[in-house]
Amino acid sequence: MNNIKNRAAIVGISMTKFSKDSERTELYLTCQCIKAALDDAGLTPDDVDGLVKQTDDASDEHAVTSSMGMGNLTYFGESRWGAAPSAMAMRAAMGVATGVANYIVVYRSVNGASKRRMTPSMRTSGQMSTSDLLQWTFHAPFGHMSDAGRVAMIVRRYMHEFGINNDQFGWVPTVCREHGARNANSMFYQKPIVFEDYLKSKMIVEPLRRMDFYEEADAAAALVVTTPERAKDLKQRPVYVLGAAQHMALETEELTSYYRPSISGLPEMGKVGEKIFTMAGVAPKDIKCVQLDDSYGPFVPMQLEELGFCNQGEGVDFCNRGDRIRLGGELPLNTSGGSLGEGHIHGMNHVIEAVRQIRGTSTAQVKDAELVLVASGAGGPASGLILGGKS
Amino acid sequence: MVMEYNPGIQLLRPLVDFDNQGYWDGIKQHKLIFQKCKYCGLLIHRPRPMCPRCNSMDMEWVPSMGKGTVYSWVNFVYANAAYPGIKVPYLVVVVEMLDGVRIVSNMYDVPPDEIYVGMPVEVVFDDIADDLTLPKFKRREV
Amino acid sequence: MSMVYDTEHPVPIPPIIWDNMGYWEGINRHELVFQRCKECGTWRHPPRPVCPKCRSFEKEWAPSTGKGAVYSWVTYQESPHPGFKAPYSVALVEMEEGVRLVSNMVDIKPEEISIGMPVEVVFEDIAEGLTLPKFRKVG
Repeated sequence: MNNIKNRAAIVGISMTKFSKDSERTELYLTCQCIKAALDDAGLTPDDVDGLVKQTDDASDEHAVTSSMGMGNLTYFGESRWGAAPSAMAMRAAMGVATGVANYIVVYRSVNGASKRRMTPSMRTSGQMSTSDLLQWTFHAPFGHMSDAGRVAMIVRRYMHEFGINNDQFGWVPTVCREHGARNANSMFYQKPIVFEDYLKSKMIVEPLRRMDFYEEADAAAALVVTTPERAKDLKQRPVYVLGAAQHMALETEELTSYYRPSISGLPEMGKVGEKIFTMAGVAPKDIKCVQLDDSYGPFVPMQLEELGFCNQGEGVDFCNRGDRIRLGGELPLNTSGGSLGEGHIHGMNHVIEAVRQIRGTSTAQVKDAELVLVASGAGGPASGLILGGKS
Repeated sequence: MVMEYNPGIQLLRPLVDFDNQGYWDGIKQHKLIFQKCKYCGLLIHRPRPMCPRCNSMDMEWVPSMGKGTVYSWVNFVYANAAYPGIKVPYLVVVVEMLDGVRIVSNMYDVPPDEIYVGMPVEVVFDDIADDLTLPKFKRREV
Repeated sequence: MSMVYDTEHPVPIPPIIWDNMGYWEGINRHELVFQRCKECGTWRHPPRPVCPKCRSFEKEWAPSTGKGAVYSWVTYQESPHPGFKAPYSVALVEMEEGVRLVSNMVDIKPEEISIGMPVEVVFEDIAEGLTLPKFRKVG
């Protein structure tokens, strides 16, 4: 079987703070972040021969190389959709594993709150692609036009099939905010919430409340990836990629996989889970903490089910009262706060927090966090990583 | 002959952002200024957030000498392949400034049959509309 | 209650392309049609160029019974577009043919909607050039 295990390591990370207005261009934040990630790794832009970006990121490779003085790129990869973060790390791992490049930088920057950008960051041209067409032709005319609304349709069905009351979704945002409150880089530093705050949160699209999904932010993040052999010579403790996968299934759409027999699960994530556990040669019980895609909180219990941490329909019980998923519990979740409690940089902070956990530098450090799972792209094409401290 | 515009067609406005604001502020005041890295002194055009030589993000704006030579040029002759807002024929040039950077622009009043690579030129400013000033180039006596 | 539109802000018109033209021609005639594969008879929606089951490019636009049941629904308390006045509900309806489509309910309060509720299609001429299928409770 194709296997990326132990062929790549993350050796540098960086993230800007989260704000409602960066007062900078996205390109500026990208450059700042890439430089910081290279500094973290003990490398320079001269060492970089590969770039991986999110397809819709406004900072094209041309602007990055011209600004950073990179003159020798042999690999430029991309990935997209919510699945991007883990899949981008996978692209970088593939690049170094095959020898197409030696030191690959993965980057993402979004002025999601201030909207300071020239091009629409989510679509690189004014043209509609086929996935846009679906939304505009068959959903938007009915007022079904916000991502929260799209997700809510799936959540309603999930509630119906497993007898869940939407109040029960409140424990995920509560725990994410608890974790984020400890993290000085978070949008919610020192601002935890309690479950009752969630219940009072405004209903936006029934059954989703405001606290069920992320707030827009301005931020950027970057990773540096190389081979385990090269990683040995660098500053930081290497974080090894033990499993990496992405998946798309029949009738997968962007948050609107409504047209297949069952819509109350995340089968793409299930397949990702099978692959990464097999690749890494570990089981859910071996994972010390998880960074799951919490752009939409109700997708977190569904990910726990698909990834095998609990049975189908039991995800909400698993999160009940937060005891099992907060620091100190059996499976700490989104320990820097995640999208709901730290800030939204399209899932890159989940990969970065996994790296911090393994390095031992998290603001909510799990003891002996040697194996961490990252999941990206809940509700659409999915991807995931198992990262470890030992190769 | 001076470049002519077709009435009623909106010309594209430059997209001004944090990184290039200083340049366009200069143009509006009829000054050609370029980005310069404060740390290593590299002169940079087009404006960007970081110096490609030393990676400093500390930039300043310095006035150009305003003089250069034509590095290359094209002549738009076919209206359907040109910008509808501009009357063909019109010249687009890459000018290599004596400062060392290159800049794309138009010739203000040089007809296509007189342009040549190496022509000495200097900058002028064209106030095309209330919210649009562009640098252009005219022949320079040497 | 049914969807209320703010006519000062026209709502998005569905883009019509070669693959979905037959569907919208049907809607304009106040007929609900879906793509059905000529080779294997499988119904499909949203419209696609190929049958995902047997990969045939041969298809027909076949009339639906217009009857189905609510598979899921949401209620927008905040409107994402000035043309749509909140609160309004959006339903995912499973048709007797087995396909699903997104639409709005008419003449019903959000709290009266339930999963499994039998519904049938009606057609609403919303604006010049825009007719949409909607659903009302049966019985």
